[in-house]
Amino acid sequence: MSIFDIIGPVMVGPSSSHTAGAVKLGLVSRQLLGEPVTEAEILLYGSFLNTGNGHGTKQAIAAGLLGMKEDDRRIPDSLAIAENAGMKITFGEAHLRSAHPNTAVLKLKGAVCRALEIQGESIGGGRINIHKIDGLEANFSGEYPTLIVHNVDQPGHIAEVTSMLSHKSVNVAEMQLYRESRGGDAVMVIECDEEIPQEALKWLEHLEGVLKVTYYSPWKEIV
Amino acid sequence: MSYHSLKEICKICKNEDKEFWEVIRADDCCERQVSPDESLQDMNKMYEAMLSADASYDKKKRSASRLSGGDGALFWEYVESGMNLSGSFMGKVIARAVCMAETNACMGRIVAAPTAGSCGVIPAVLISYQEKTGIDNKKCAMALFTAAGIGEVISQKASLSGAAGGCQAEIGSAAAMAAGMTVHLQGGTPQQICDAAAIALKSFLGLTCDPVGGLVEVPCIKRNAAAAEAAVSACDMVMAGIKSAIPADEVIEAMNEIGHDMPEKYKETAQGGLAVTESAVRKTRPRTRI
Repeated sequence: MSIFDIIGPVMVGPSSSHTAGAVKLGLVSRQLLGEPVTEAEILLYGSFLNTGNGHGTKQAIAAGLLGMKEDDRRIPDSLAIAENAGMKITFGEAHLRSAHPNTAVLKLKGAVCRALEIQGESIGGGRINIHKIDGLEANFSGEYPTLIVHNVDQPGHIAEVTSMLSHKSVNVAEMQLYRESRGGDAVMVIECDEEIPQEALKWLEHLEGVLKVTYYSPWKEIV
Repeated sequence: MSYHSLKEICKICKNEDKEFWEVIRADDCCERQVSPDESLQDMNKMYEAMLSADASYDKKKRSASRLSGGDGALFWEYVESGMNLSGSFMGKVIARAVCMAETNACMGRIVAAPTAGSCGVIPAVLISYQEKTGIDNKKCAMALFTAAGIGEVISQKASLSGAAGGCQAEIGSAAAMAAGMTVHLQGGTPQQICDAAAIALKSFLGLTCDPVGGLVEVPCIKRNAAAAEAAVSACDMVMAGIKSAIPADEVIEAMNEIGHDMPEKYKETAQGGLAVTESAVRKTRPRTRI
């Protein structure tokens, strides 16, 4: 928290959770996809579903997917802008059990045919939590460059990843570990202070026992 | 953070011979690793965004729910007629608070201070004060540090979110921040800043968050006016020599306790209070949700 979370952010209203946080969910999802979104199925849950119309939640998520930030005056017109840009957006209801009240599931397709499913939560004050990516636990804020590594639960993978980060002089801000079962699928989510170089990510992908590497950059230009 | 209570801020002011706002800025410089000038410039941008939001009010705009819009313009007209009992300064404060909150409801761009629902309180007082006294934007930015410091302490000791603490946490906090800010502008001491924050916040303890249809409109918009008025009156009381019987930190602790004990139906769930009145239900008849 900074004092500019107290006086700020500058945002398009009416609600920090239902509007500003929703823009951020869209924007972080776009960055995660890493390319312009061509198709988006947006499924809303809980309070997002029930009060989203009055809060402009749909326009807000679409605006984020288009790359707009929370203070962009074009947010109210984002659905028309998306249509003109050829982005196909559909809305529906997310059928989830005991999710956070402000949850959206975004099923995205990109220009280069990448696909991604993101379950995100707007947790208040414009802050968000990316809860799941492609059905797997993630839980990160989107404030920092974030590395998500899915691997087999066996000794050494955490050391491999963290020594790579150390080698590249990347400082770890937060780190979380989950596993399904002993020796089964595991995931580490590492939020960093610096960007991780592309070649280091490529190197990780080729390690034995590493199943998938996903990288989120808050700053990368997507064109 | 170098401070966790308003008392601590006052102590730092005394020990380091600093003004209240300077303590908050010094802490920001440390947290974000920026120079004092950069910190002030960043706050100045927030003030400029408030001015631009104030200027962007459009009396023809209505919210998506059609529940709000246009009331701020009605009030401006009344103030300009000179018939209002609240006087010229307070009249403008009320008009600006309503306008800003309506701008927010109509998807205009505002500065959350501390939240979007309470975004009208601080700028209504500050912009009207600048208009009355002619102080420059830099002085207004300094005053915003004072407001931010009070908000920061409230967020640490209690909460600034209606979902967590009820409306007292949003509109009450905004009133406390604006009250302290105005005392700063009037040349009050750090202790007086805290006393004004305490007096303003006490007026809103227990206030529920029960908005109609779950939207940031009814009663939120008009509460912005009430909180801005309370801030000005708390400032005037303090500058007249009146003290708060309960210190600000203890008032904040009380707010935290009340927020914890407040039933969920009064915490932004639209399941109680005003949200379930006959008129509220009628005005928010079910529509297609998607």
